[in-house]
Formats: sequence, structure tokens, C-alpha cells
Amino acid sequence: MITQLPNTVPETAGPVGAKENYLNAGHTVASWLLTTDHKRIGILYLIAIIFFFAIATFAAALMRLELLTPAGDLVLSDTYNKLFTIHGVVMVWFFLIPSIPTVLGNFVIPLMVGARDVAFPKLNLLSWYLFMLGGVMVLHAIIVGGVDTGWTFYTPYSTAYSNTHVISMAAGIFVAGFSSILTGLNFIITIQKMRAPGLTWFRMPLFLWSMYATSLILVLATPVLAITLGLMALERILGIGIFNPKLGGDPVLFQHLFWFYSHPAVYIMILPGMGVVSEVIACFSRKRIFGYRYVAFASIAIAVIGFLVWGHHMFVSSQSIYAGMVFSILSFIVAIPSAIKVFNWTATLYRGSISFETPMLYVLGFIGLFTIGGLTGLFLAAMGLDVHVHDTYFVIAHFHYIMVGGMVTAFMGGLHYWWPKITGRMYPEKLGQLAALVMFIGFNLTFFPQFVMGYLGMPRRYHAYPEEFQIYHVLSTAGASILGVAYLLPVIYFVWSLFWGAKAAANPWRATSLEWTTPSPPPKHNFAEVPVVRLPAYSYPPLDERGEEIHEHA
Amino acid sequence: MKLPLFPEQASTIAEQVDRLYFVLTGTSLFFVLLIFVPMTIFLFKYRRGKKADRSAVRMATTRIEIVWTVIPLFLAMGIFAWAAHVYFDIQVPPPDALEINVVGKQWMWKLQHQTGQREINELHVPVGRTVKLTLASEDVIHSFFVPAFRVKQDVVPGRFVTLWFQPTEVGEYHLFCAEYCGTEHSRMIGKVHVLPADEYQTWLNRGNPEETMAQSGGRLFRNLGCSGCHVGQGPVRAPPLEGLYGKLVPLQNQQFVRADEAYLRDSILLPLLQVRAGYEPLMPTFQGRITEEELFQIIAYLKTLPNAPVEVRR
Amino acid sequence: MPEATSTFAEQFEDARQQHEAVTLGMWLFLATEVLFFGGLFLAYVVYRHAYSTAFAAGSAHTDLFYGTLNTAILLTSSLTMALAVHAAQENRPRSITRWLLLTLALALGFLVVKGFEYHKDFVDRLVIGLNFNPTLPAHAELFFWLYWAMTGLHAVHVIIGIGVLGCVALLVRRKSHAPANTIEVAGLYWHFVDLVWIFLYPLLYLIDRHS
Repeated sequence: MITQLPNTVPETAGPVGAKENYLNAGHTVASWLLTTDHKRIGILYLIAIIFFFAIATFAAALMRLELLTPAGDLVLSDTYNKLFTIHGVVMVWFFLIPSIPTVLGNFVIPLMVGARDVAFPKLNLLSWYLFMLGGVMVLHAIIVGGVDTGWTFYTPYSTAYSNTHVISMAAGIFVAGFSSILTGLNFIITIQKMRAPGLTWFRMPLFLWSMYATSLILVLATPVLAITLGLMALERILGIGIFNPKLGGDPVLFQHLFWFYSHPAVYIMILPGMGVVSEVIACFSRKRIFGYRYVAFASIAIAVIGFLVWGHHMFVSSQSIYAGMVFSILSFIVAIPSAIKVFNWTATLYRGSISFETPMLYVLGFIGLFTIGGLTGLFLAAMGLDVHVHDTYFVIAHFHYIMVGGMVTAFMGGLHYWWPKITGRMYPEKLGQLAALVMFIGFNLTFFPQFVMGYLGMPRRYHAYPEEFQIYHVLSTAGASILGVAYLLPVIYFVWSLFWGAKAAANPWRATSLEWTTPSPPPKHNFAEVPVVRLPAYSYPPLDERGEEIHEHA
Repeated sequence: MKLPLFPEQASTIAEQVDRLYFVLTGTSLFFVLLIFVPMTIFLFKYRRGKKADRSAVRMATTRIEIVWTVIPLFLAMGIFAWAAHVYFDIQVPPPDALEINVVGKQWMWKLQHQTGQREINELHVPVGRTVKLTLASEDVIHSFFVPAFRVKQDVVPGRFVTLWFQPTEVGEYHLFCAEYCGTEHSRMIGKVHVLPADEYQTWLNRGNPEETMAQSGGRLFRNLGCSGCHVGQGPVRAPPLEGLYGKLVPLQNQQFVRADEAYLRDSILLPLLQVRAGYEPLMPTFQGRITEEELFQIIAYLKTLPNAPVEVRR
Repeated sequence: MPEATSTFAEQFEDARQQHEAVTLGMWLFLATEVLFFGGLFLAYVVYRHAYSTAFAAGSAHTDLFYGTLNTAILLTSSLTMALAVHAAQENRPRSITRWLLLTLALALGFLVVKGFEYHKDFVDRLVIGLNFNPTLPAHAELFFWLYWAMTGLHAVHVIIGIGVLGCVALLVRRKSHAPANTIEVAGLYWHFVDLVWIFLYPLLYLIDRHS
């Protein structure tokens, strides 16, 4: 086990705030904005992404209101097109991709590997500034008039036909991409080179495995997005370019390049969530993850195969039938490692000692929603079927089950799980459980009707639509309102807990990974002395019949 | 408000796609149960404080992992093969189809039948007859989508794409543009009218166009000056086009290419790309000088040209 | 490990860990650079396959003399960079400075030659979107689009490289001992810039050159 047996840490581990910790080590604005402490940078990211999440959610709310009636009567079609572009761009690049990696990853990874910081702290701060700069550029593009291309920027619409601020939007994403690359680079080096003595690869918590896989994708896929958006912008500026059919260029080449990044990006959005699930499910069933090695390798397999499936976004784009077949078969294969993970998580519950605190509720919700999202992914990988459901609400429903049902749920679970460590305060448990439940209900009501509507043929990105789809849009909007409440609730009680929440113990969940051996909140340099790891991850003690832990030395 | 649960099934492909959909839904339900039933049982049985056997698990982990890797993999491969088969059927049009040309532009569908009738955002076809659409785009990418037929095809500018269906039910069906194409994307919709054979004939007769597509094409062929080089013994020697359609054409680089619609299109718009063996690369490009609709008409004309009696060389 | 890098940042356990982390970090960064250029190379391959005749015609209009001269300059600069790294490992500060400055001079020379070449391209009416010669085959414009994008992006990297090498040279002058690790990592970057050119040179100047 770890130097300090986690379950021997007294529940009241010293008064919080009495000792110096990373939060009270400097109160000036500069001490935050110029910090190189990974924990503070994590919090800077948290504040930033919540802001972006609010913007993107607002755009979604307006869209859902518009879609209450079949006629496009609330906003103009141009406005609607800008709304879904804002929603997509901001959600994907300024919330989902950074969410778990930059907030929880930044905070937890160095603590989990037993290091004093990430490998390159200054680069880490630079990464946040690049992220903010990219964000400001995107906000600027939105404020001066918005962009109406959709987050996919398909050519030739984006290069030759759209009259909106495509270039500043793409430039913002370009800059934020460098932030992604630097973050991924930092995490890979930190996990590879800065692990505490004894923390071998196969003793690592699975969160580290999944973050490692995520970082690989961040580092290898993002540059392709950068060059693709660069070429697109250049073509727009020059009025002539390589994606333009008038010159003999091929608009479909843009799609290939775009999805070469954007499909792996989906795994950037889900792998970290899977890491959180593994941590939480082991902790709240007091058991080692079933098939640890298989779950670890599944993360790597997803990252690798995920690079080879991008063409499944293009089954109806007139790419060759045989290319399509290769992409289709690989898409079926990439589903297998995800399935392995779900099976192993379920098996972990067997003979465990399960309790239902908020993080666990979110994680169980994740497994349910991710399973549905994953299985409907097979519908889209099946070529003959994809022809019909491509670019309909079926696709919308599918990827929201993965990204919102999966990633956002996991992010909430992870945030609740590490909240005591981050802030030194406990969130109110009952309210947390309520919010998790409301979110699960609201989410399903919002997005399940969209599967049915999609198979009926409702195309995506439609501002107005035929009447027969209305019932499903009404259900969806109703669900979205519930979902909105479920998102607001945690914001309120998290802020409340900062001031009035119960003081958190060093290890309130009695988990086994290294971050819990530090006080809550951790001191500035994390560990007074370098921890030594002697046991694999999740070495929970044996359980008695009632689910209580048996301590040999008790 | 209506509560439709399932789209109309109005083409031969629709049946195939729906069968796949139902089987996949069934398989998914099976897996959902396979995961959720044990999960629910565990959650109740092993919740903290409840009496249960919690002794350490001794299981052949590797064997279990192999089982739940290999079985889903085989299932997935089966579904892949089936879906790929359906996809082939969707992609490859059967011979002897009724041909209709479609041009997508912001934000309407313009269609023309071989007999010359034009339609905008409407398509009239006879029931039971195989229909093959050849589509082109004037500007951005559009996508021709008829949910009741379960077919969809992106119309990428700069090339021809095809789409086929065989309607099985008389009726009126939605036609959507499924690829986002700008401001009025959601207004780029229309109706497909599937008519009984006799009504279709009446509809055709009522249209009564001035000329067929091939006739329009022939007129363009002369007006644009194509005939100056390609017909007779002009000052410039250009390959004769009689009976060209469907034949193998020898190229300068010792290769052969089938003279299909795509080849004819490229030869008119990008004439230097595939130069015919034995001829100088002299033809000017017509890019920007003719619309996609005119291109369709010229090609329709070229397809009607009878075989030349004898191709005289030199 | 050389004795020189005895200092290390506080997040590391020792100088060795820092050395390994920094080196691996640079390799990873170069991997991202490979993919960054990869998008352009892919576009080149696709279109060269589709329009091989036009690409051959375009390639014949690039300037072989300037291209070859620049190849020689960059290869030499890689050698001088390697010598600088070698000097750093043996901790000979004066020799480091000498080789670094020589590398810098060669890099600047590359840009000067590039300037002359771009000027000649302008005179020859090969600038897309500005004065492109309409008598060239239609798809030669596509070739030159890629030519400008690829050599331009590479030139940007050369400029960044000059900045990096300049900073390192200043560092060496100011400190009593040479930060061998820093020079090594800067060297990796410079070799990468060189390597990209080694791919660009045949693709843009040599392939299908019949004159």
C-alpha cells in the first residue's frame, strides 16, 4: 500500500486552513494569474469552462425554445444557424475537451503520481493563457456577428459562401488547439517520467491510464485540426484554395482532415470520463476494479483504433464504397474495448460493499447513458442504416448520450468526488444526490425522443420543420428545462459549500490513491516527502458479511 | 399533436433498412438487459450494511475477459457484414432505370426529366419503377434525403453523384436537404409524389415541355460552338462524339477510361485532365460558362448520338 | 549525463529526471509538428495523384538552383548544430557559441536565399491569388497553392528556429556553464526543421522534372 495507510488516516485530519495550503498561500490576484501551481491552474480552468458552458447552454436553450413550434418564429434562420454554431464550437472546444483533462486532470494527476507539480509548470500556465486567448477570440467572433457554418466548418460553404466571421472563429479554435497540445504534452511527460517510487505502470490508478490515452490523442490529433483550419482560413482569405472544386480541389478532402481530428476528439471527450468512472466505482464498492489490466489496455486500444475510424462520418459523402467498408469494420471494432470496460465495471460491483453517495450516482448514470450512447453508435457504424439516419436527430441523440450523458455526467461525478480535496469542504450530500437524479431524468427526457424523431427522418440543423415532429421537440424542450435546473443546482450548492460546507477530512471517501494521503486542501508542494508506493491501485481491505472492512491490526 | 412512431415504408430499400434497424434494436436491448439486470441485482444485494457473501472473488479473469470480448466481436462482425450488404444495394443502381437529373442550389432542388419536364422542389415518379437520379450542386454541399425511401446522398459540388430508389407505395413523401447549406437550409425541402403508372403518364403529358433534355443539349452544343470542332471537318481536329457514351476511350497516357457521365463532365469542364490518345490538348474549358443544368442537357444530348458509321482516322 | 546540468527545477527529483522529461517533451512536440505538416503532405499526395501532369508542369517552374542551394545550406547548418550539441556535452562554452552563431548565420542565409527565390517567383508570375500566370495548366495553380503553403510554413519554422537558437546563444554567453540539455533540445528542433525541408525539396523541386 501507500506509505500512509489511507484508512488509518484519522477522519478529522487536523483543522483545515490552520496549516498553509495551496489556497491560502497567497491571496493576491497575481498569485492566481501568475501561478504555476497545477492545483491553482486547475481552478482557473474550472472557472473558465463554467463560463463557456454557460454561454453554450444559453445558445442551446434558445434553440430548444425555437424548436417548440414547427414554424421558425422565435428567431431568424440566420440567428438559429449562428446559435447552433456557437453551441457546437463552445461546447466542444471550450467545455468538453478541456473539462476533465484541464480541471480534474491538472488538479489530480500530479497528486496521483506523487509529484510536486506537472513536468512543465510554466508551460501549463501558458496553456491556460492560450486557452483564454482562444476563448476571447471566439467570443469576439460571436459578439461582432457570429458564425453560421456549424462547428464542422464544411467547405466550400465556410470558404466561399458564408458571410460571417469564420476566420476569427477558426483562429480562436486554432489557438485553443495549442493549449490542448501543451496540456497533453505535460500530462504524458508527467505520467511517464514523474511517478513516485514504486508506482509502476500496472499499479497506477486507471484515471492515469485514461488520461495518458487522452493526452496521446490530444498531442497527435490536434495539430491536424490546426493545419486543416489554417488551410481553410487561408483559402477563405485568398479566395482560392485546395478544397475548392473550381480549382479541381476536393471539398471531401476537408472532411477527411477534419474528422481525422474530430473523431479522435470524441475519445478525448469520453476517455477521461471513463477514468473517473473507474476511480469512483472502485471506491464506492470498496473493491479493486475487475480486470484492471483489460480496462487499462482498453483505454489505449480506444485511443489507437480511434484514429482509424474517421471515415464513418462520410458514408453518404460519395467516398468510395470500399473505403467506407474499412471505416465501418474498424468502427465496430472500436466499440469492443468500450464494451469491455462496461462489463468490467459491472463485474466490479459483484461482492462489493456499495454505497450511493453523489459521485457514485453520477457514475452509475454514466454507465447507463454511455451504454445507450455506445449501442446507438453501432447503428451509425452500420453502413446501410447510417445512410438513413446520417445528419438526422438520431445522430444528435447518439452523440449527446456520449458527450452529455457520458462526459458531463462523469465530470460532475469527478467534481463531486474530488471537491473535498480541491476545496477542503464537503458539498451537501442530499442535494447532490437530488441533482444527480434530476439530471438523469432531464437528460433522458431531452434526448431519448430525438432517437425516435431521427429515425422518422427529422434532419439536424433545421430551423423550421414539418408538423409531425413537433411532439418530440416539445418533449425534448421540456426535458431540457429540467436539465437546466439540474445544472444550476450544483453551481449553487458548490458555491454555498465554499463558505458553509463541512470541513473535509484528508480522505473522506477512504480511497487508496496518493492524492488522498495529502491534507484537504493539499499544501502548495503536495507532498512533504516523496511518497513510496508498495501496492497496486485499489488495494481495498477484505470485507465482512455486512460490507465493513476487516482490518488485521484493528 | 400526432405521435408518429415509425416512418412510412415506401421503397424496396426501406424494408431492408428497417429489418436491419429492428435486429440492431433487438440486439441492443439484449445487451442493455445483459448489463442492467446484473447491475441492478448487485446494487441491491451488495449495498453496504446488507448481509451478503463478500468473500474474495476467485475467478478465471482471463477466460471471462476473452468471452466478453470475442462474443460481442463476432456479433459486431455479423452486423457489419449485413449492413455493408444493404449499403451495396443502396449504392449500386440496377440497370434500366428511369433517369432524372437533379441540381441542388441555395436553397432549392431543380429537377429535370429526360423528356424535358422541369420541377422545383417536387418530384413526380411512377410507382414500381426503378428511378435513378444523377445529382450535381451549383454551390455548396447539399444532401438529397427522402426518409420514406431510406436513401440519402450528399451532393458535392464539382462532381456527379447518383442515387436510386424503387417506390413501392403511392403517396406523397418528404424531400429534405440533409447537409447544412446556409441560411435557408431548412426551407430546402420538397415533396416526392409517387403516382400510379397511368397518372404518371397523365402528369407527363400535362407538362408538355417545348423540348426534351437531349434537344436542349443539342441546341447548346451548337450555340456554344462545340459542333465547330467535334462535327465534320473543321479547321481544328477534335474527337468525334458519336456513340462515345459507354465506350472505352484510349488516353494519351496509354490508359483507358469508360466514357460515363463523370468522364463527359470532366472533359467539358477540365478538358486537359484526360486527353484522348491521338489528339492535341486544345479544347478550352467550359468551367464558369455553363450551368450544371446545361451540362446535364449536353450530356443527355451526347448520350443520344448514334454510333458513327466509321471513325475515319487521318 | 554531463556534470553541467546540476541545477534542476523544483518539481523534479533530480537533474536526470529533468533531462529525460525535457528530451521526451521535445520529441513529443516534434511528433505534433510531424502531424501538423502531415495534413499538407496528405493534400499534396492526393492532388499529385489526381493531377500528375499539371504537378509535373508546376514543378518544372520552381527554381532548382535556389532550392538546391538552400538544401545545402540547411544540411550544413544541421552539421554545425550537431557540433554545437557535441561541444555542449563536452562543456566547451566558447566552441558552443561559435557553432551556434554559425548555425544562426546559415539559418539567416537560408531566409535570404528564400527571399530571392520568392522574388523570382513573383517576377515569374507564380503567386497564387495575386498574379498567377493563366497560361499554366489549370491544376498547376493547385501545385503552387501547396508550394506556397508548404514552403511558407517551413519558413515560419525557420524563423522560430532562429529565435530559439538566438535565445540559447544568449543563455550560453550569460551563464558561466552551458545548459547542455537546452542546447540538445534546441538541436532536436533544428534538425526537425531541416528534415522537413529534406522532404519538401524532392516533392516540390525534383519530382517529374524533365528539363
